[in-house]
Amino acid sequence: MSKFKLQVNGRTHEVDVAPETPLLWVLRDNLDLVGTKFGCGIGQCGACTVHLDGVASRACLTPVASAAGVRVTTIEGLSAAGDHPLQKAWCELDVAQCGYCQAGQLMSASALLARNPHPSDADIDDAMAGNLCRCATYFRIRAGIHRASEIAAGSEAKA
Amino acid sequence: MSAVLEAPIGRRSFLRLATMAGGGLALGYYIRPAGLAEGGAPGAAQGDGLFAPNAFIRIAPDGAVTIYSSRPEVGQGIKTALPMVVAEELGADWKTVSVVTAHLDKVFGPQFAGGSLSTPMDYTTMRKMGAAARTMLVEAAAQTWSVPAGECVAEGGVVRHAASGRSLGFGELVAKAATLPVPAQDTVVLKDPRDFKLLGTRVGGVDNPRVVTGQPLFGIDQKRPGMVYAVYEKCRVWGASPRTANLDHVKSLPGVRDAFIVDRTVPAGQVTGLVPGVAIVADSTWAAFSARRELQVTWDAGKMPESSWDDFARQARQLSAAAPGPPDVDEARRDGDIDGALGSAAKVVEAEYSYPFISHTNLEPQNCIVHVQGDKAEIWAPTQNPDGARKLAAQVLGIPPENIQVNITRIGGGFGRRLDSDPVAEAAAVSQRLGLPVKLTWNRTDDLQHDHYRSAGFHFLKGAVDAKGALSAWRSHHVSFGSTMGKDDFPARFVPNYLLLTSNLANNVPQGPWRAPGSNTYAWITCCFLDELAHAAGRDPVEFNLALLGDRDLVPGTGPHGSPYDAARMRAVVRGVAEKSGWGKALPRGRGMGLGHYFSHQGYIAEVAEVTVTKEGGLKVDRVVAVIDVGSQVLNMSGAENQVQGSITDGLNAAWRQELDIQKGGVTQSNFHEYSMLRIPDAPRAIEIHFAKTDHPPTGLGEPALPPLAPAVCNAIFAATGKRVRQLPISKTDLSWS
Repeated sequence: MSKFKLQVNGRTHEVDVAPETPLLWVLRDNLDLVGTKFGCGIGQCGACTVHLDGVASRACLTPVASAAGVRVTTIEGLSAAGDHPLQKAWCELDVAQCGYCQAGQLMSASALLARNPHPSDADIDDAMAGNLCRCATYFRIRAGIHRASEIAAGSEAKA
Repeated sequence: MSAVLEAPIGRRSFLRLATMAGGGLALGYYIRPAGLAEGGAPGAAQGDGLFAPNAFIRIAPDGAVTIYSSRPEVGQGIKTALPMVVAEELGADWKTVSVVTAHLDKVFGPQFAGGSLSTPMDYTTMRKMGAAARTMLVEAAAQTWSVPAGECVAEGGVVRHAASGRSLGFGELVAKAATLPVPAQDTVVLKDPRDFKLLGTRVGGVDNPRVVTGQPLFGIDQKRPGMVYAVYEKCRVWGASPRTANLDHVKSLPGVRDAFIVDRTVPAGQVTGLVPGVAIVADSTWAAFSARRELQVTWDAGKMPESSWDDFARQARQLSAAAPGPPDVDEARRDGDIDGALGSAAKVVEAEYSYPFISHTNLEPQNCIVHVQGDKAEIWAPTQNPDGARKLAAQVLGIPPENIQVNITRIGGGFGRRLDSDPVAEAAAVSQRLGLPVKLTWNRTDDLQHDHYRSAGFHFLKGAVDAKGALSAWRSHHVSFGSTMGKDDFPARFVPNYLLLTSNLANNVPQGPWRAPGSNTYAWITCCFLDELAHAAGRDPVEFNLALLGDRDLVPGTGPHGSPYDAARMRAVVRGVAEKSGWGKALPRGRGMGLGHYFSHQGYIAEVAEVTVTKEGGLKVDRVVAVIDVGSQVLNMSGAENQVQGSITDGLNAAWRQELDIQKGGVTQSNFHEYSMLRIPDAPRAIEIHFAKTDHPPTGLGEPALPPLAPAVCNAIFAATGKRVRQLPISKTDLSWS
């Protein structure tokens, strides 16, 4: 066991865990931030996607030791009031079905929009191919990202 | 311990049960329950002031309406749709309604989520629940104003008396309403559906704000004070039992509290409950997962340790050549003179279709919390079948089912898998030994290798068309793994000369319902082979299928348990989809349209897929058009369309690349890197959905839009390339053309 200082959603946490413990389980079991989901444990499904210094990353493959000193953002910290343009678009278009993958989808999509505010369908395919949706809400995920792009651009009018 | 469930309804007194008219459901129908304790629900703290006309509705003096959702939410949208029905009849303002998941309690009637049955079973019941409460609120207002109740209208959370211009909010009426008698169910007057304001509109899922902010909704998110974390190792070979394990070493690992062998099968002899394995209990999920990597087990071989897919396929072919008759080949249905019709046909087509076992791959791995304390237990589980979970846990624990409380969580994907409760059985066995709340978490390998799979099958088909191009004979031999086509499965009753033979292969593959069970593969073989016969007859597939559907309307089922088939409803959706899709338009080689149609889960659905196949064989599904008849009323248009979009994409997901590799008595794949799931680049770009409203009771939409997709795509591939896909997954067929 070792002590680590983690910067998660703007707050500093100290945890005492084995150094190889994936960030995913530290978030879920130690910090009670269960929005980040476990799906496969090998970086194939994207349900555990978080931002490490703004970059979409798989928390299941990130040892806690390597997350120390890095700004970690989880779905709980994506916005202060649940009003990120993607969160608004997801509610407006009713994207989710079971909803289990959606935290990971939103974290991947928010990293995409941060670097590319107006992504094409092809950009979305590239950025989102690592996130499985078992309910297959891909149709609405694509629409949701386009809609969030509009909301962020200040155009609240429906396309 | 921030993760908490919505608190269940508290213990009630003054309970009055009323028997539902018609359905025979016994639902709680009581007034003035004491000691309510709905944690986050509005008005919960006000206890006595709540108006509780029945199990599903609470109205607080401040007007806040709480509606209980009794069916598990798996992503089918039921937690939004059925409360909308209640709110519609109640005349509530949807914006002020809170929906709370009920725990398992008989006052709510059946609480499983499966078979697309929640809507058809509960639609009228929920209307009556809302209407009964509305009747009491209206009566309370009428008495207050000394006017006839018939002059008062409840809408938007307010009762109005138009003639005098007076109005009172629901909250202002609850004290008086709670003193009134609850009207008998069969006297409750329902709204005219033409007056519906909420039903049929687009309403976002009630949990959306919590889903998009990562709140602890799912089973795997739950925590209990003093909880420990468990994993449960089973042999890759189904039916094998642990003989020995390095338990002392595992117990010495960091954070491990206990490790032990469970050598029981509950129920005895079945593979879908508790099966033998090795449990490890630790202080955290990761400690348990880590310790498991060092676990070494010697297993006693399973019952069929050598079974493999190639072996199954060889046996199926042998059976296809066997003469009809016991013990190998049953005759499920015979109409007309099949041999004569095949002998005198203008054209005969023969084909072998097969499809593999596939997994449910719920993205939320199987998990639950069970806390056993003496002869009592409490369960928190993402279960589609809370009553089944309770019964199985009771068997494992040897305690009465009524001593077990089941808390239903949101579910990260069901698809039928979570109708079975094996993870609950495992957690119950572990918690009984420790006496602590135990959270059991499967990993992805557990999930893939110990799923209860969508059954595989082989269909040996021979069909014929006569000189006029009509389907004259259909001979089908279904070699299955335990569950065979039924005597009323289409196109039985529509072909004059028809023979259905069935055989079963000995196997011990764990199997269970997978979204649209049976239909999800029968639609594929049926509509694809019909397409082959249409082309053999030189006829357009839409026209050929319409001719086959004939001119009868309701075709009765065969025998007392037969399944009626409304051919008029199917003709209408087939015609509709041809029109909406632009069927028959000229397309260049490499592009094509295909038709699929199927009746399942009481829904009549036709779909046309439009695909592009590159010369190199690359497939793209460009567009899918669906025409859907699920009766007179779509409850939530947004949710309904979401189900159809998802079913279509999921149908493609299942058909395109999914295949379990069975070798030496088990599945070889261990995770998603070896089991290919559809991702966003391959999802259809355009999905167009049209609801054909008919004068039939509303039915469910979680499943029936899936079966027609696979044949629509495969028939479109044929139209594009001239290549027939007779084996799933589609990826096994070389689609290249020149």
